[in-house]
Amino acid sequence: MDVVPPMVVEPGAGRPSAIKAVPIRHPGRWVATLVVLAIAGGLVYSLLTTDRYHWDVVGQYFTSRRVLDGLVETLKLTAIAMAIGVSLGIVLAVMRLSPNPVVAGMSWLYIWFFRGTPVLVQLLFWYFVSALYPSFIIGIPHGPAFSRSTNELITGFMAAILGLGLNEAAYMAEIVRAGIISVEHGQTEAAQALGMKRLQIMRRIVLPQAMRVIIPPTGNETISMLKTSSLVSVIAYTELLYSVQLIYSGPSSVGAFLQIPLLIVASLWYLIVTSVLTVGQYYLERRFARGAVRGLPPTPLQRLRRYLFTFHAPPPAPPPPTIPPGRVGGPR
Amino acid sequence: MSTAPMVRAEQVRKSFGRLEVLRGIDLEVAPREVMCLIGPSGSGKSTFLRCINHLEKIDGGRLSVDGELVGYRQSGDKLYELRDAEVCHKRSEIGMVFQSFNLFPHMTALENIVLAPMRVKGDSKSVAVDRAKTLLARVGLADKVDAYPRQLSGGQCQRVAIARALAMQPKLMLFDEPTSALDPELVGDVLDVMRKLAEDGMTMVVVTHEMSFAREVGDSLVFMDSGVVVEAGPPREMLANPKQERTRTFLSKVL
Repeated sequence: MDVVPPMVVEPGAGRPSAIKAVPIRHPGRWVATLVVLAIAGGLVYSLLTTDRYHWDVVGQYFTSRRVLDGLVETLKLTAIAMAIGVSLGIVLAVMRLSPNPVVAGMSWLYIWFFRGTPVLVQLLFWYFVSALYPSFIIGIPHGPAFSRSTNELITGFMAAILGLGLNEAAYMAEIVRAGIISVEHGQTEAAQALGMKRLQIMRRIVLPQAMRVIIPPTGNETISMLKTSSLVSVIAYTELLYSVQLIYSGPSSVGAFLQIPLLIVASLWYLIVTSVLTVGQYYLERRFARGAVRGLPPTPLQRLRRYLFTFHAPPPAPPPPTIPPGRVGGPR
Repeated sequence: MSTAPMVRAEQVRKSFGRLEVLRGIDLEVAPREVMCLIGPSGSGKSTFLRCINHLEKIDGGRLSVDGELVGYRQSGDKLYELRDAEVCHKRSEIGMVFQSFNLFPHMTALENIVLAPMRVKGDSKSVAVDRAKTLLARVGLADKVDAYPRQLSGGQCQRVAIARALAMQPKLMLFDEPTSALDPELVGDVLDVMRKLAEDGMTMVVVTHEMSFAREVGDSLVFMDSGVVVEAGPPREMLANPKQERTRTFLSKVL
């Protein structure tokens, strides 16, 4: 048998040096970059040089009274419709998971109906509901009653809220239900074993954990609602879209062809609010991620602050080695 | 023993659909007694444990804790189902520790422990927090007050879970394979906590595969198989000298 000679290694000599290799060329990437830049450049050129965009009109109306009023109405509709959607959605989801088949069935029927018909049709339905029920009465037969004319009660605002909110509840119910069933059954059992009651368990244990699953699609729904609320223009409710429509079709604008610049005004506002909502969703998700990950990554703002701080501070100590020295395999 | 039993089971039966899981369980646990339940998986030992705090409903026989029926009230020769609130109240007097810990992941160790005392018993926050901190110190985790379960090892999680159950000051503790999900090196810490608890006089029913724990800490040992109690007795005697053939086969495989 051959005796393997002991290897004598000079300190550091046994380790290969850092790699210096010729990288692969990617000509395809360069071509793609050029094509994309050319198209983008063309778009920007066209945006800036085509007079008919009327950027001056965009600027003139962007913060005009009527547009801002419409924006406020849009925000109001979105907030109220989402509030109705989320709260009714939670109720419907809990109903759907109820052991009582009638209760669960009702919830199923609600979701089936409101998800199965277009929201535009629902909005029109609520707007014209007074033709179906001329007056609205709640009361006990032969007893006290509350009675109002439906036309008085269902204003354009109410029709918009009902149409958007009740429809949203059907979607939210499914989102909440998915969140609830995503929570492990052991959680409910542990809470039961501690003597907690059904609603307590739902509120303190199940829903907070379900939130992690519920929030991202709910953020989506809110952004979607912001835009869907523009459908309300068909029932002549002056939210953002209908406000700009009124401006460009108004008597003072005849022949001015302001449609495009004013639709741009509306679109810019929709984009701005959507961006704000996206940031809000990010922080909300972080809040409900507590306990789900070992440590949360810093927010972009924290990262920026740290960057500014280190920029002004004296040079920091050298960073610790990524591999703890004790772990490097083999004796030196 | 002359004292009234803490747990008393007479011909307890339970089926899941057509599968009969418990086929007439008779046993008694005295106050301050530590009873260990052993047996192959599917023998019904966990199901029986879960019947004691009414996480499972029994289909036949009688099961009582501290002299009161579990899940029912007897009046004359009629049984009435207990209301949700009454069941919750009885559960709050029985602590339970699960194989998979089931700590609430969105709460810190401290929040896990104070939740039920504050929301179920109505303790004030300061009382609940004080007791929780004492309990965390008792299970050796005084420094983990603000840690989330995800940041703890399995053994630490299980000790928090024990502290959480103890915070309700239960008269009976149920352990459902408390060390089965743990890395071997972490088992000892949990068993130490349980041993101390037994020394302090807690009544405990422990479903376990830890024969050494059963031998050293247990006052009684019950071997279950396919829904019946095959053999019961003092642990040392039974482990050294099982009388039933079935017990002997099982023990020869696990010891």
